[in-house]
Amino acid sequence: MAKIPVQFTLNGSEKAEFIDSGTTLLNALRDKIGDTSPKGGCHQGTCGACSVIIDGELRLSCLTLAETCNGAAITTTSGLAEGGVLHPLQRAFLDTFATQCGFCTPGMIMAAKVLLEHTPNPSRDEVVEALSGNICRCTGYEPIIQAVLAAARANSQNAA
Amino acid sequence: MALALQTFPTVKDANAALKAPGTRYLGGGTLVVRAANEGDVLVFGLVRSTDPALTAITVADRKVRVGASVTMAAIARHPELAILAKAARAVGGPAIRNMATVGGNLFAPAPYGDFAVALLALDAMVGTEDGELPIETFLAKRDGSRSIVTSVGFTLPKADGFRFLKVSRVKPKGVSVLSIAAVLEQAADGTVSSARIALGCMADRPMRAKATEKALEGKKLDQNGIAAALAAATEGIAPVTDPIASAWYRAEVLPVHLGRLLLA
Ligand SMILES: Cc1cc2nc3c(=O)[nH]c(=O)nc-3n(C[C@H](O)[C@H](O)[C@H](O)COP(=O)(O)OP(=O)(O)OC[C@H]3O[C@@H](n4cnc5c(N)ncnc54)[C@H](O)[C@@H]3O)c2cc1C
Ligand code: FES
Ligand code: FES
Repeated sequence: MAKIPVQFTLNGSEKAEFIDSGTTLLNALRDKIGDTSPKGGCHQGTCGACSVIIDGELRLSCLTLAETCNGAAITTTSGLAEGGVLHPLQRAFLDTFATQCGFCTPGMIMAAKVLLEHTPNPSRDEVVEALSGNICRCTGYEPIIQAVLAAARANSQNAA
Repeated sequence: MALALQTFPTVKDANAALKAPGTRYLGGGTLVVRAANEGDVLVFGLVRSTDPALTAITVADRKVRVGASVTMAAIARHPELAILAKAARAVGGPAIRNMATVGGNLFAPAPYGDFAVALLALDAMVGTEDGELPIETFLAKRDGSRSIVTSVGFTLPKADGFRFLKVSRVKPKGVSVLSIAAVLEQAADGTVSSARIALGCMADRPMRAKATEKALEGKKLDQNGIAAALAAATEGIAPVTDPIASAWYRAEVLPVHLGRLLLA
């Protein structure tokens, strides 16, 4: 089958690729573009490990067809650190031991990032709700919730 | 996986392409792409339309028209659709709600279809290029439906006249054990003058609880008033059995949750 072109910005830089029609964004990012930060856990929409931000909204890249993202702005966890300095969420995940095997972490961070963009000082319940589509088999969730709350506090201290 | 997607600016052209065998419409893709990922080889072509009318919401004089590609997240945050926010938020987690469309929810098999349960209680009209069908008729015929759903239309009930409940084991997000939506009108003395009650997971698709509706008419919403309605709740149901709950369990707990919704 003829390949089709897709073009979008990924973490601020232009990307253009030829893909097979029907390729998921997850596969296009990982196998074509080489951004392996979104993980393929279930390919069914249940685990959230493949979460990315498309035009400001949290989406599951395993259920999104890459060709529907033409012209979109896509953010993944690999684009968060700047000049070797970790993003406050990444820092907080390390500091609170919110990462063990790390497989869920990029998806958790994407979900948390969207939350903090809209709700800079979330309650615990709001954090739980925001992460409710993301599964972690290792941490028992509490350290992850604490990491998001810590990142929110760090952000508001920096802003003050 | 060989899935080919065709995108059309107009619904008309997309409808024409949908006639090819093995072709389905692509809404948010949360069910149809998942099926492809799981190896469903019956679908090999996907069609979608980018017609802006499909993502529009209009509210005028309590008459609502929601385009079929409107997502659950868009409904949940729409200020004039606040009474539906709970039903829209009942669907999946945040990422799913950013993708899951109203059109797709009308086709979602139990235990899914929570928003369609709300639309059934609202007695929505389902629009296609061929015209509109009452949602109850649409749901009964949906397996053979080959045209793109373009919109749903309904009249907004009064804020206190619409009730919705979803029961799931995992909080805050989980698949339905059951869901119930009710549009209730009450006379000045508090008796129910009309009731439309829709149930999710009580069949393979959302269904009306007609015996319950009838038993509620003229009754007050108190323990005594709703007793006959609760006794009639399981009439005509054929709940699904799945890893979330057995049919037996769903039937047992339905009157309990219906009672809570009616007395709330
Ligand atoms: C992890 C997970 C959790 C979920 N949780 C819930 C939940 O709690 N409650 C719930 O109700 N659902 C849930 N779902 C199911 C699903 O996300 C929703 O039902 C959603 O609304 C389906 O819409 P969609 O746009 O993604 O459908 P799609 O996958 O795009 O389509 C589903 C079917 O409908 C057809 N279709 C879609 N739009 C149209 C149209 N406009 N015209 C004609 N045919 C159309 C498609 O061809 C396909 O056959 C969940 C799914 C996942 C993966
Ligand atoms: S891989 Fe996408 S949700 Fe699990
Ligand atoms: S850290 Fe292992 S799955 Fe979350």
